[in-house]
Amino acid sequence: MREVLDPWIFIWASYGVGLGAVALLVGWSWLSMKRAERRRDEVRGR
Amino acid sequence: MHGFANPARFLRLARWLTPLCLVAGLGLAAGALAWGLTAAPAERLQGETVRILFLHVPAAWLGMAGWMTIAAASFTEIVWRHPLAAIAARAAAAPGAVFTFVCLVTGSLWGRPAWGVWWVWDGRLTSMLVLLFLFLAYMALADAAVRAGEGQSRIPAVFGLVGAINIPIIHYSVLWWNSLHQPPSITLGNSAMAPAFLYPLLVATLGFTLVFAGVVLMRMRAILANAQTEARLRRKALSASDDSASGDSARDGDAF
Repeated sequence: MREVLDPWIFIWASYGVGLGAVALLVGWSWLSMKRAERRRDEVRGR
Repeated sequence: MHGFANPARFLRLARWLTPLCLVAGLGLAAGALAWGLTAAPAERLQGETVRILFLHVPAAWLGMAGWMTIAAASFTEIVWRHPLAAIAARAAAAPGAVFTFVCLVTGSLWGRPAWGVWWVWDGRLTSMLVLLFLFLAYMALADAAVRAGEGQSRIPAVFGLVGAINIPIIHYSVLWWNSLHQPPSITLGNSAMAPAFLYPLLVATLGFTLVFAGVVLMRMRAILANAQTEARLRRKALSASDDSASGDSARDGDAF
């Protein structure tokens, strides 16, 4: 007996996990960089 | 290369390079994935699931490139004591770990329809999982060194160099041991892949590599800004304690 799987479920799951992880990585890196640079500028301005 | 070891010069360069890498990388990666999803044909043996290739292969390359960045920066830190080398190594760890995680998950999702199993403990998959654990251990070690006030500690750098032994093991694992995983389709100057798959794959790899570079630059800028803030706050605290100490001694002098 041959198991029949819908390939598109696996394709969309892969793209969802992959693109979601990359989006989280870029967003987190951007926010933490902006927060750190703002804090440095505030300390400089005091 | 020595010229960019100066943090001020690096920041001047990074301010315009960061958005350039991110915008170009995200645009190329999105375009290549859309190309692969809509225009690439189904493969003769693997059918539609071959489209996972356009995400899985760049993620595998960047997981290994992440550790090679850590190893190269660690070597630079140990040999030349570049002030930015330790920061570059720390900055490459998180994106390397994320791309290794993406490689493992997309590989598992590809393995189920292609091989009939989610996971096998063969050389390629196991050495890739070891790479993820190495990234996590490196991040914990580098973070502990910073918390202990030893940002320039050589322990994470030595770990980064020693961990590089896993990279050739990952690469040659499919040749050294029997594996469900296929041998490399692309080698230097040679490709066994049809152009319909090869071109979107190369564009996706270039795009994700630029995204990786943009993330490393952002992480470096954040680590540098935090270090500058800490140094300034420490100087202010020291000068405030010096002022109060001189004020106390002046008052003591008045009393006599």
